[in-house]
Amino acid sequence: MSQQQQQSTQNLTLVQAVRDGLYGEMERDDDVIVLGEDVGKNGGVFRATQGLYDEFGEQRVIDTPLAESGIVGTSVGMAAYGLKPVAEMQFMGFIYPAFDQIISHAARLRTRSRGRFSCPLVVRAPYGGGIRAPEHHSESKEAFFAHEPGLKVVIPSTPYDTKGLLASAIRDPDPVIFLEPKLIYRAFREEVPDETYTVPIGEAATRREGDDVSVFTWGAMTRPTMEAADHLAEGEGIECDVVDLRTLSPIDDEAILESFKKTGRAVVVHEAPKTGGLAGEITATIQEEALLYQKAPVKRVTGFDTPFPLYALEDYYLPEAARIADGIRETYEF
Amino acid sequence: MSTLQRDPREQVRVLNEEGRVVDGATVPALDDDRMVEMYRNMKLARHFDQRAVSLQRQGRMGTYPPLSGQEGAQVGSAMALDETDWMVPSYREHGAAYARGLKLHQTLRYWMGDERGNELRDLNIFPVAVPIATQVLHASGLAWASKLKGERKAFMCYFGDGATSEGDFHEGLNFAGVFDVPAVFFCNNNQWAISVPRERQTASETISQKAVAYGFEGVQVDGMDPLAVYKVAREAVEKAKREDPEELRPTLIEAVQYRFGAHTTADDPSVYRDDDEVERWKAKDPIPRLESYLYEQGVLDQERIDAIQESVEEEVADAIETAESFERPEPAEIFAHVYDGMPKRLEQQMQYLEQLRERHGDEELLE
Repeated sequence: MSQQQQQSTQNLTLVQAVRDGLYGEMERDDDVIVLGEDVGKNGGVFRATQGLYDEFGEQRVIDTPLAESGIVGTSVGMAAYGLKPVAEMQFMGFIYPAFDQIISHAARLRTRSRGRFSCPLVVRAPYGGGIRAPEHHSESKEAFFAHEPGLKVVIPSTPYDTKGLLASAIRDPDPVIFLEPKLIYRAFREEVPDETYTVPIGEAATRREGDDVSVFTWGAMTRPTMEAADHLAEGEGIECDVVDLRTLSPIDDEAILESFKKTGRAVVVHEAPKTGGLAGEITATIQEEALLYQKAPVKRVTGFDTPFPLYALEDYYLPEAARIADGIRETYEF
Repeated sequence: MSTLQRDPREQVRVLNEEGRVVDGATVPALDDDRMVEMYRNMKLARHFDQRAVSLQRQGRMGTYPPLSGQEGAQVGSAMALDETDWMVPSYREHGAAYARGLKLHQTLRYWMGDERGNELRDLNIFPVAVPIATQVLHASGLAWASKLKGERKAFMCYFGDGATSEGDFHEGLNFAGVFDVPAVFFCNNNQWAISVPRERQTASETISQKAVAYGFEGVQVDGMDPLAVYKVAREAVEKAKREDPEELRPTLIEAVQYRFGAHTTADDPSVYRDDDEVERWKAKDPIPRLESYLYEQGVLDQERIDAIQESVEEEVADAIETAESFERPEPAEIFAHVYDGMPKRLEQQMQYLEQLRERHGDEELLE
């Protein structure tokens, strides 16, 4: 920490940290290019690529035709040929046309060529609800990608982690799906070093320590989860161990089990639908590896198994602090 | 006027069905050795294909996509590439890949279910992928990256008539035009996408005319005439590498041809097409056409033809023997190339598989 304080830093929001991370990696490696819809002159619809076009030019910050499969499919070819493309999907809800290219090619190219070709590609997409947007602007479908061997799936929840994880993703020799919680793009600021640095992929972060209940979450859900945990500690003396997974594939089983073995109780919070969501995977891991530590059923606090509602009702869909606190309390009192 | 600058609905031809040069056509400037190489590559592709189908029938190989009838398009186009150029194949390009230096035993090995056959190290050939048309985007991306690196290389991408209905075909050609990448899109229009005829893929009169919509040239060629294919492919390759403010680099080539056999060994073409149709196309067989031409030119005589046939049979027999002598890959190979570094869960699963093998033995485990 003291070392961090000596470095020069900027007070950045999460989306500014995305931009700062891209800038740093593009400056350090000429093979890094950014491409997508409106990422050039416009600087991205969320301003995540603002100023990069002026700095690095149209050969490296590329406005493409409006075609997600085209963006990812050409990026697969470019990555195989030695470039490091960072492809932006404007919203996660628009990633589906690129699904085949991600699954059938980005994820499989290394196996298919027995390591001759790799696919050092990052697909960035703002994900998640709560921004009062039209349909297909609020999806949280990390489980699709975590299910696919060959991909890595990363979701930061703080500006510091965003810059460091994005650097790791860009330097990673394998394809990374990098999902950005757009609800908290500008929710708060944090000191972020000017220099480039990495936060390792595959490692969870403990956001709050406690002995009573483990709460596993990621992305935008870390905020209401922390709120619920603080509230329960103050009002009811229930101490939560909040683990921000940060990477969903490969998932940090050690961190999950270490926390669970301490508390014997677990709640998993995600905004994605419940059925087939990663809470199920985490629950199964706990059952397989730590059954004898278990004091209560593992609770899943998630979105519903419905299409994401238009915004008049989205607050009912998304887990918020009261719902998360209920889940934690029920688990504690079981 | 280049061969490419013509109405995309007009078919480029050099040899007629009897192997004589058609009126007004010029034969591409290939020396005798290259002509014989072209002929031998085609003969080899045909014999290889027949043997491969037979291996599948005997249970010595899995599902296999045959190429007979398409040798002229495959060999003529592949030979138009320079050494440093790249090929981005579909899964049927065994003859084209051979002409680019891929060993036949590698192709057999792949279709015998061993991923090592697709490794293609040291060859400028992108690995075979089975989804349809997705490689069109990879070719555009590869060519684009090469251009961004300041290289002068052409990227020849192969796909079939069915692939032109896929969105990735459109997106691939669209990106190629917008970013002016050095790609040649080579459509093997063999008339049938499994059981669905060419007319059911598009209402366009030709596939080549679709190039107009992307802002670059399209050309239709007799795909069963290897000299015509070579000619248009060579011009397209040269154009791809030429910087010209007046002209976009990509070309869409539609090579009109026919697959004599099934889509793969898993279907029976007699269910969906007439024998008469097959016979009509067999009259256009690319191999006797080039053979007659070279015979008439005095480049080939019967003795040479027989010697080539013999050497081809020997090479294919050796390749089969080599392919069948490979040991099955180690089961740990399943895990070896999923990521650069193996995640813990994969490591655990790999160990679990090894424990299973130790506990039960392969014989019991694979029963």
